[in-house]
Amino acid sequence: MTSLIEDISPPTVAEDLAVYCSGVTKTYGSGSTTVPALRGIDLDVKPGELMMLVGPSGCGKTTLISCIAGILDQDDGICRVFGNDFKAMGQSEKTRLRGQLIGFVFQQFNLLPTLTAAENVAVPLLINKTPRRTAVAMGREMLARVGLGDRHTSLPKQLSGGQQQRVAIARALVHEPRMVVCDEPTSALDHETGHRVMEMLRNIAMDQGRSLVIVTHDARIFEFADRIAQMDDGQVRQVVNSPTELQH
Amino acid sequence: MNFVALKMLVGDRIKYLSLVAGLAFAALLVTQQASIFCGYALRTGSWIRDTRCADLWVMNDQTDFTEANDPILDTALNRVRSIAGVQWATPMYRGYLKCRLPDGTQETVRLIGLDDATLMGGPPIMVQGKLDDLRRDRAVFINADQAGSSLLLKRADPPRPLQVGDSISINDNEARVVGTYRATPEFFWEPVIYTTFTRALMIAPKERRTTTFVLVKAQPGQDISELAQRIDAMPGLKALTSDQFAALTMDYVLKKTGILVNFGLTIGLGFLIGVLVSGQTLYTFILENTRHFAALKAMGVGNLQLIRMVVLQSSVAGSVGFGIGVGGAALTGLAFASAGLAFQMPWQVPVLGAIAIGICCVIASVFGLLRVLRLEPAIVFRS
Repeated sequence: MTSLIEDISPPTVAEDLAVYCSGVTKTYGSGSTTVPALRGIDLDVKPGELMMLVGPSGCGKTTLISCIAGILDQDDGICRVFGNDFKAMGQSEKTRLRGQLIGFVFQQFNLLPTLTAAENVAVPLLINKTPRRTAVAMGREMLARVGLGDRHTSLPKQLSGGQQQRVAIARALVHEPRMVVCDEPTSALDHETGHRVMEMLRNIAMDQGRSLVIVTHDARIFEFADRIAQMDDGQVRQVVNSPTELQH
Repeated sequence: MNFVALKMLVGDRIKYLSLVAGLAFAALLVTQQASIFCGYALRTGSWIRDTRCADLWVMNDQTDFTEANDPILDTALNRVRSIAGVQWATPMYRGYLKCRLPDGTQETVRLIGLDDATLMGGPPIMVQGKLDDLRRDRAVFINADQAGSSLLLKRADPPRPLQVGDSISINDNEARVVGTYRATPEFFWEPVIYTTFTRALMIAPKERRTTTFVLVKAQPGQDISELAQRIDAMPGLKALTSDQFAALTMDYVLKKTGILVNFGLTIGLGFLIGVLVSGQTLYTFILENTRHFAALKAMGVGNLQLIRMVVLQSSVAGSVGFGIGVGGAALTGLAFASAGLAFQMPWQVPVLGAIAIGICCVIASVFGLLRVLRLEPAIVFRS
C-alpha cells in the first residue's frame, strides 16, 4: 500500500509542497478497544497557503495536525513537511527540525506564566540556541509587530485573552518558521478579537511564503482560508476554496 | 533554556519556597544531627587532647577507653623509664570515687593524681590559683564550669557553686579546693578533680595496682611508633599516642552506647523527610507544568534538554536549600554553645550533607523526569 502511494506521488512533487499527506492512517488503542482516528488522509498544503481543517469533534482534525506538525507518528501512509518525513527521523532530529520549521499557536495559548511576554516570545529562539539577550530583544521586536510593544514586560496573567493569543502568535513567528500550525486559535476569544487575531495571522504570518494550517470549529473565520479541508470520521470529505462550497 | 527553567522554578514562589524549605529542613536535620554526633564523638577524647604534654600513654593492655580503670603494676613506671628512647615518664592515677560537698551533697567524681615532682598532665587552663598550688596540704583543683553545675551546693541556702577555700570529703578524706581550671567539655559527665599522685593514693581505696597511666615523653629524634613498639613488647602494657588513645576511646563509646545508631536513625529520618518533601513538591511542580513542558516539547525542546532543565531546577533548589539548612545548623550550634550543646562541624559534615541533599534531589527529580520524558507532546492539541 505504501509503496503504491509513493509510486503515484513522486518525491519531487512532495518536496515542492509545504505539506504532503497520502494514505495517512492513525489508530488509537489496541485489541478490541481500537479507535481509528485517521482513515487514509490525502491532503496537500502549498507554500504560502492558509489551509483550514474543519469538521465535527472527533473527526480527526487534531490527530492530523499532530501528524503534520511531527509530534505524532502516523501508523501508515506518507506525511511530508517541506519534503521531510518526520516518521523516518530519529527523535532528536525530529525535535530539532520541528523547532526550526514549525511555529505553534495553541488553543489555550500555553504561555509560560512566569515569563514576561517578551521572554515567552523568545522561547523558540532560545530552543534554537540564540543567546538570551538577543532572543529577548527579538521577542520585543516581534511583540511590536503584533501591536504589543508596550506590554513586553507584562506577565501572561496581566494580559487579556486576545493579547495572550497575540503573544502566542508572535512566539510562533519569531524564529521565522516555514509553517505555522494553529489549534483553534480563536475559540477562546470573542468574535471581534478573533477576527483581529485572524487578520493578524493573515497579514503577518503569511509573509515570506509561509504556510498556515489551522484547525478550527469557528465558522466565522472560514473566510480567511485559501482552502478548507472538511473532515469527517477520520477522512477528508472535500477540499474547497470558499466557505460557501462547504457541505452542511 | 536554562533561563526558562530557572524562571519556571522561581516564578512560582509558593512551590519554590516549599521545595527549598523541604530541602533546607532535610539539610538542617542531617548536618545538625551529624554535627552534634561529631561533637559527642570528639568529646570522648577531650581529656586526652587536653593532656598534650606526653608523646605516649602507657596503660594496661586491656584498657579500651579512658574510663576503663584497669591499673598497671607500680613497677611499670621504672620499667618504662628504663626503655631506650624515653626522655621522661611520670605516673598518673585516675579513678572514680565518692565525694561529699560542704552542704552534704554526694557526688561521684573522677580523681586524677598527677606526678608529685613534675605535675605533668595537669589541667590545660588555670582559672583561679596556679599549678604549684596543688602541692599545698590536701589541695585539689576543680573544674570552674562544673563548680556551678555538678558540683553545685544544692542544699546550701541559697545554693551556690563549690569554690576555692571550700573543704570537701573524697572517700572520707578531707580535701581543700585551692584552684579552679577550665577544660574542654567531655562526653563523660562526672566532675574531674585534680590532686597529686601521692595524695590520690592516700584518698583512693587501697589496691595492689595503683598506677592507671604512665605518661611518656620521647627523646628528641626518637621515632614514636618504634618507641611504642618497644613498650608494647613489655608484658601487660601497651603504649598509644594521644590520637590513638582518643580514637580507641571514641570507638569504644560509639560501639557500647548506641549513639551511632540513634544519631544514624535521626540523620536517616531527616534524609527521608527531605526526599519525600522535595520529591513530592518537585513532582507536583512538574505535574502542574505538564502542559507547559508538553508545549516546549512540541516547540522543539528535546528530552536531553528537558532533563537538563529539571536537573538544573532541582540543583538550584537543592543548593539554596542546602545553604539555608547548613547555615541554620551552624546558627543552632552557635546559639546553644553556651548551653553545653556538643556541636562540631568538621568539613566532612557539610560535604556529606551536600551529598545527601544531592541524592535527595536526584531521587526527587527522577519521578518528575520520568513523567516529563513519557510526556506526549500531542496533548497540547487536546483541550
